[in-house]
Amino acid sequence: MLADKDRIFTNLYGLDDWRLSGARRRGDWDGTKDLILKGRDWIVEQIKESGLRGRGGAGFPTGLKWSFMPKQSDRPTYLAVNADESEPGTCKDRDIMRHDPQKLVEGALLASVGMGVHHCYIYIRGEFYNEAQRLQAAIDEAYAAGLIGKDACGSGYEFDIYLHRGAGAYICGEETALLESLEGHKGMPRLKPPFPAAVGVYGCPTTVNNVETIAVAPTILRRGAGWFAGIGRPKNSGTKIFCISGHVAAPCNVEEEMGIPLKELIERHAGGVRGGWDNLLAVIPGGSSVPVLPKSICDTVLMDFDSLQAVQSGLGTAAVIVMDKSTDIVKAIARLSEFYKHESCGQCTPCREGTGWMWRVMERMVKGNASAAEIDMLLNVSYEIEGHTICALGDAAAWPIQGLIRHFRPEMERRIIEYREAATRRRVAA
Amino acid sequence: MPKLTIDGDEIEVPVGTTILQACEHAGIEIPHFCFHERLNIAGNCRMCLVEVERSPKPIASCAMPVADGMVVHTNSEKAVKARKGVMEFLLINHPLDCPICDQGGECDLQDQAMAYGFDRGRFEENKRAVRDKDFGPLVATHMTRCIHCTRCIRFLTEIAGVQELGATGRGENMEITTYIEHALGSELSGNIIDLCPVGALTSKPYAFIARPWELMKTESVDVFDAVGSNIRVDTRGGQVLRVLPRINEAVNEEWISDKTRFAIDGLRRRRLDRPYAGRRGARVEIDWSEALDTVADRLRRVPAERIAAIAGDLCDAESMFALKELMVGLSAPSLDCRQDGAKLDPQCRAGYLFNTTIAGIEEADACLLIGTNPRWEAPLINARLRKRHLQGGFSIAAVGPRLDLSFPVELLGEGGDTLGALAAGEHSWCERLRAAKKPMLVVGQGALARRDGGQVLAMARAIAETHRLVRDDWNGFNVLHHAAARVGGLDLGFVPGPGGLDVAAIIEGCRSGRIELLYLLGADETDIDDFGSAFVVYQGHHGDRGAARADVILPGAAYTEKDGTYINTEGRVQLGRRATFPPGDAREDWKIVRALSGLLGRPLPYDSLGELRHRLRAAYPTFAAVDRVGPAPWGEFGRAGPVDPAPFTYPIADFYRTDPISRASITMAECSDVFLVHHGELPAWTGTRG
Repeated sequence: MLADKDRIFTNLYGLDDWRLSGARRRGDWDGTKDLILKGRDWIVEQIKESGLRGRGGAGFPTGLKWSFMPKQSDRPTYLAVNADESEPGTCKDRDIMRHDPQKLVEGALLASVGMGVHHCYIYIRGEFYNEAQRLQAAIDEAYAAGLIGKDACGSGYEFDIYLHRGAGAYICGEETALLESLEGHKGMPRLKPPFPAAVGVYGCPTTVNNVETIAVAPTILRRGAGWFAGIGRPKNSGTKIFCISGHVAAPCNVEEEMGIPLKELIERHAGGVRGGWDNLLAVIPGGSSVPVLPKSICDTVLMDFDSLQAVQSGLGTAAVIVMDKSTDIVKAIARLSEFYKHESCGQCTPCREGTGWMWRVMERMVKGNASAAEIDMLLNVSYEIEGHTICALGDAAAWPIQGLIRHFRPEMERRIIEYREAATRRRVAA
Repeated sequence: MPKLTIDGDEIEVPVGTTILQACEHAGIEIPHFCFHERLNIAGNCRMCLVEVERSPKPIASCAMPVADGMVVHTNSEKAVKARKGVMEFLLINHPLDCPICDQGGECDLQDQAMAYGFDRGRFEENKRAVRDKDFGPLVATHMTRCIHCTRCIRFLTEIAGVQELGATGRGENMEITTYIEHALGSELSGNIIDLCPVGALTSKPYAFIARPWELMKTESVDVFDAVGSNIRVDTRGGQVLRVLPRINEAVNEEWISDKTRFAIDGLRRRRLDRPYAGRRGARVEIDWSEALDTVADRLRRVPAERIAAIAGDLCDAESMFALKELMVGLSAPSLDCRQDGAKLDPQCRAGYLFNTTIAGIEEADACLLIGTNPRWEAPLINARLRKRHLQGGFSIAAVGPRLDLSFPVELLGEGGDTLGALAAGEHSWCERLRAAKKPMLVVGQGALARRDGGQVLAMARAIAETHRLVRDDWNGFNVLHHAAARVGGLDLGFVPGPGGLDVAAIIEGCRSGRIELLYLLGADETDIDDFGSAFVVYQGHHGDRGAARADVILPGAAYTEKDGTYINTEGRVQLGRRATFPPGDAREDWKIVRALSGLLGRPLPYDSLGELRHRLRAAYPTFAAVDRVGPAPWGEFGRAGPVDPAPFTYPIADFYRTDPISRASITMAECSDVFLVHHGELPAWTGTRG
């Protein structure tokens, strides 16, 4: 369990003042000038050593990503902070932005220094109206206090932040779709390569990072890479905000050590599963995109990138969706399929055509109006989408269904048989 | 150059090549729908997935540049499985209406489904249906068939330069549309029919007419403008059913204008299919011998200096050459092929050619347009200018009334007064010309076909010489023609001989009685009300303006009905080929002139097209260099003198109706109505049309 002294987000619940004065009291903006003056290479080296992996879902090593930015560029370079938090079940960035926005602003500055960037865009989800207001207020306060702007923190470093509100499309959280949207185009993912670090927003080198990734950076730099690396397990180090929702006594956001056992996480922070641990049916451990885990795995699994990958799921955004035995698991996954069908941008074939196909079959599976062979067909269709699309939305649409079939196939077969029997009974009665 | 291994074979390709191109280089075909080598890469159809070693996912080969040491498998289990999956997805919502689809038989989806599809479907749900759109009179839509490759969007945005087509909706609700429904406002819109890999966009006039395997295909050249687009004429049973582009990188790449493609229904209407005699109201059908006798009799009786001939815009070089020889034989010097009165100087070939060449535009870095609207006079040259503009570092300015050319143009002035400043090097834009390494200028017929056209031409030459547009390695002086016959006519000297009259003087002569016999070879763009009492012989294929005023009509052949030589505005010699026969009693034009010469007792010395061409090429060697641009040495041309400051006017008022064939076309009349009248560019129709 994470000790209070190791918490980064000390105002995650908004109990303290969110404004600059409160943030300063909690230690933000302390010695930022010195951190800036230690220079670009030092920052990247520290982040590399800390073992920080991206908190947006893919878990790419952050220090490595920052080091991809060109050392010399005749074009401007940009940092784009991805605040388009739309993954169902996830609500961590939202609380960072409304209760601890200065962490993000300071993080943006230090990350930019680490990459030699002077302009930062924060692309915030359109529905986050209040959060955008508060974040803008935080940016304004930072400007007024001289923390960012022409002479950030008195270090001589010029740095500007622009807040851009999205228009409410899930796909705009995909990094290249975000850049398209930022440029004013329809939010459709770009082909990679070229990667954003070479050709990003307005064709210039750009790094896209999640809000949480950026917001933890100042604390890492202040307390040292070793401190962060010492928390959690190797390659899965540090603290992480988990968003626990669903059939638990007290749904919450909580900052915990990476690698905490799932059971401990739920029981200690969320008051346990409704009706006790034995009433647990399944957990989606990392936001709607990752495959569901049945209770048998949840009993022992650790919450970090590699442990969850080993059980064919993923940490994703660490949005833990808990489902007890009252859940219609097929219907729950069918609802996710509908979500992905609705959010597919329509650009590339497998996702455009496949998400709708899978959703329609899933809707029949809910009732059992299908044949047993169609379960395999559905699984096969999900494999035809996975890995064949421009962006990861196709994968995200395929995984929940793969998880369902992997762990709950008997439930699907039972429904099919019952539906058949009911149909036969109706025929006989008539 | 990176080396990579494709299916076990090592090959070396230039840097920047994509895997798909490398595979084609190695002779391996990769199926694809959205990729098109002339459009930006979209990478959205996912049909071209291949397996690349050390990559966890299959890679879209159209978008991935090759890297050294890459190992590509195009037919591994993984690649084939991915491809079959994509094909299945493309087909689940594609209607199975191939039997009633115009694309049937030439459909990419049909062909590739044969190769990569499965013989039955697994999709049990209802198929998607999409409401059809109205894209105007040329392009028919069947949007349910659309596979969302976005080639049409990319073509119109990038190449045609009109931001009119886009995709709305998301996921499976994505639709290709014009947002607010309206007709596609581009002169190149028909090309999206060729680009569409399925039957979603088809030709409206050609709907349900024929199947591709029923058609006879003839490779020819286009005559609706002076670009000389390479075309393929598809016929069945003596009727021209459609025209498609052929690839010629030097001329039209692989596009054609809408007029080239769709005006062909004009070949079936208002045709002259037999000889006639007498003016309108007293016109009677006669037979060939009577018609030729009448003309020969007149030619014999009228003194040579009172005979004149005008050649029209669609004439092949052979018929003009035959008519010229006939006139020379009669010692009649008054002949002209510049029926719009353009003051082109036939003495210097460089003075009437598009010397830079069409492909050469891509090398230029500054361009000055003088009295020309290339978008209507030569849509494909306009597309090249746009292509060059998109490559960056190309400044374009114009002298003439404001225009929308689909790329930004700096307007320097409207009339001739600006030219003087440019020629003297005093205009501020001269800086651009001086700074440019390969500057070019384009003079249009709008600037040359006015009274001071010769002075404008001289002024343009002065601009070219002042700013070093003409050098040993570069010729940036260009005249843009819009008549397919014009350069050929000038090259073979269909211009007034010693003491002869030009077009303006011929018409004046008709009115004053100085000209008694006027021979119109397909000339329809002159003012027929001014022919006075002259006896007019009209030889041509359509009952248009010239025929309306004629005293004798000799029915000739349209461009699809004869073998003929045409020289485009660059000076490129190209051969048109006969795809079908002239209707009724109509004959190939050179034969009519040859027959006439026999009756006059001065038979021209050829009895076959081969003999005629032999003589033509002996007299004018330019014509022998087929598909090439002959030499055009720089020299003196134009007429010194002041230029009238009046604004230039562009020669084409209605792009869709410029010549006898397109004026006879119903499709072109509809286009004119939809695109020009409704946009207020032309007055509304009155009464009946056509």
